[in-house]
Amino acid sequence: MSAGPVEMRIGFLPLLDSAVLVVAHEKGFAHEQGLSLRLHRETSWANIRDRVAVGHFEAAHMLGPMVVAESIGIGQLNVPLVAPAALGHGGNAITVSLDMWREMRHEGAQLGGGAAAQAAALGRVIRKREQVRAAPPTFAMVFPYSCHNYQLRDWLTAGGVDPDVQARLIVLPPPLLVDALRTGQIDGFCVGEPWNSLAVEAGLGVIAALASDIWPDPPEKVLGMRAEYARLHPEQVAALVRSVVHAAEWAAQPENRVELAQLLAEPRYVGAPEGVLRAALDGSLRLARGHGPVEREGFFRLGADTTIPELAHARRFHDCMRRWQQIPGTNDLELQALASFRPDLRQAALASTRKRGYEA
Amino acid sequence: MTETALRVLIVDQNVVRASILEEGLREAGYRGVIVVRDMQNLLRRILDEEPDVILIDLENPNRDVLEQMCQVSRVVSRPVAMFVDRSDAGMIESAIDAGVGAYVVDGLRKERVKAIVETTISRFRAFSRLRTELDETRQQLADRKLIDRAKGILMRERRIDEEQAYQLMRRTAMSENLRLSEVAGAVITAQGLLKP
Repeated sequence: MSAGPVEMRIGFLPLLDSAVLVVAHEKGFAHEQGLSLRLHRETSWANIRDRVAVGHFEAAHMLGPMVVAESIGIGQLNVPLVAPAALGHGGNAITVSLDMWREMRHEGAQLGGGAAAQAAALGRVIRKREQVRAAPPTFAMVFPYSCHNYQLRDWLTAGGVDPDVQARLIVLPPPLLVDALRTGQIDGFCVGEPWNSLAVEAGLGVIAALASDIWPDPPEKVLGMRAEYARLHPEQVAALVRSVVHAAEWAAQPENRVELAQLLAEPRYVGAPEGVLRAALDGSLRLARGHGPVEREGFFRLGADTTIPELAHARRFHDCMRRWQQIPGTNDLELQALASFRPDLRQAALASTRKRGYEA
Repeated sequence: MTETALRVLIVDQNVVRASILEEGLREAGYRGVIVVRDMQNLLRRILDEEPDVILIDLENPNRDVLEQMCQVSRVVSRPVAMFVDRSDAGMIESAIDAGVGAYVVDGLRKERVKAIVETTISRFRAFSRLRTELDETRQQLADRKLIDRAKGILMRERRIDEEQAYQLMRRTAMSENLRLSEVAGAVITAQGLLKP
């Protein structure tokens, strides 16, 4: 006797790297594995976390560091989470306001220049401002436990800027970033696509650095779920992981990018212009309005290999938390951090194939 | 400081719901209730108001802004945590079900905050029921208008009276297994197509 498809509720935020989940659902990869996905678009990372924690969602599009933070007990609800798969590499960039860019250019920054050179120019701008006792610049990112936060901090540090003293770092949700640039509330931000390109298109910002220039081939979102759920439902988790891997393989094919951009452009998914999404998938970014695109191969990557929740990534997130004093005291939490990333679950999922219809 | 002297900040873009909650908390005796509707500079407002408890609706993307305040290397002088008693999974779950998050200044005893969170949950639920009822009433009103228009068409075209027009639609709805408003809609569409 074969049962019908097993329903799984999956939370996501409207970002380029929700792609793999959208593809798993829309292109039938989840269905092939006996799953019926219900994708729920959310409005904040905190909601995603809480709805996973209380069981509204079986799994979700999550920030890699968020999974680690909750699991090592420095998050909010601290319900242990695991990542049996990752959802892509890269896709973030740092955009600065036109005013900030003008000053940076004066200090030697060049459109498309390397991240370190741009950071150095920013550092000179900030030190000059300090001499006239101007307020430190404000940069926004999307969540305290995010690669965006750490990449922004590393970039500022590379320019000789102490991110906790010589700059103000605030959290703003992506849909409010462009407006915050317009009103001068912030001088720049680090966010995933399509939000950098939308600021450029609006003529309000210039992309000063790509995350892939700050951290080569950077880890990013993961498939997060409660550790308890993974323990109690190994078959479902394995099926979901296989769907994600197959979807990532599909998304990696250049000939599928047009269709992928069309899918993501739908209002129920990312809801951004198709052209902007397509450009980000191609790694072909317009850094400033009125300029031609530059090609950056490794800007955003999807593929079977980018679905591995690497232990090295969990370690890196842990180290960032330690470095930026998000981990209090001297507790040794590295092992707990590593335990939340589960490449073993992914490997086991790929080693077994789906049992038809989940015989009871 | 007595319970009712706690400063409670409500962050909600829905004006009606925020008022319902504000009223509920005032009725319960809380005097320091502040409602923030302008989301610009939310963090600044919170720093200025120094609330003991912050309530935010879960539809609000600004929720992530509050999360930053809960960190160790924090921007506020007093640490804030989501919900006061994390062992009370039931309360956390009902709050999230009701669509609200509560952030509480660290060190407040859970009994002091429990009543606030409970009032909030019940007011959020009441609002949600109100919204459902309102939606239903709107739908009924829209259906009523549709049915009246269709009746008028049938009365003119078939030269029958109002009761007969109504019965005709009702019978059709029953035999076709449709809702009355669907039949009415079809009558209106058909008339539009047939009109020269």
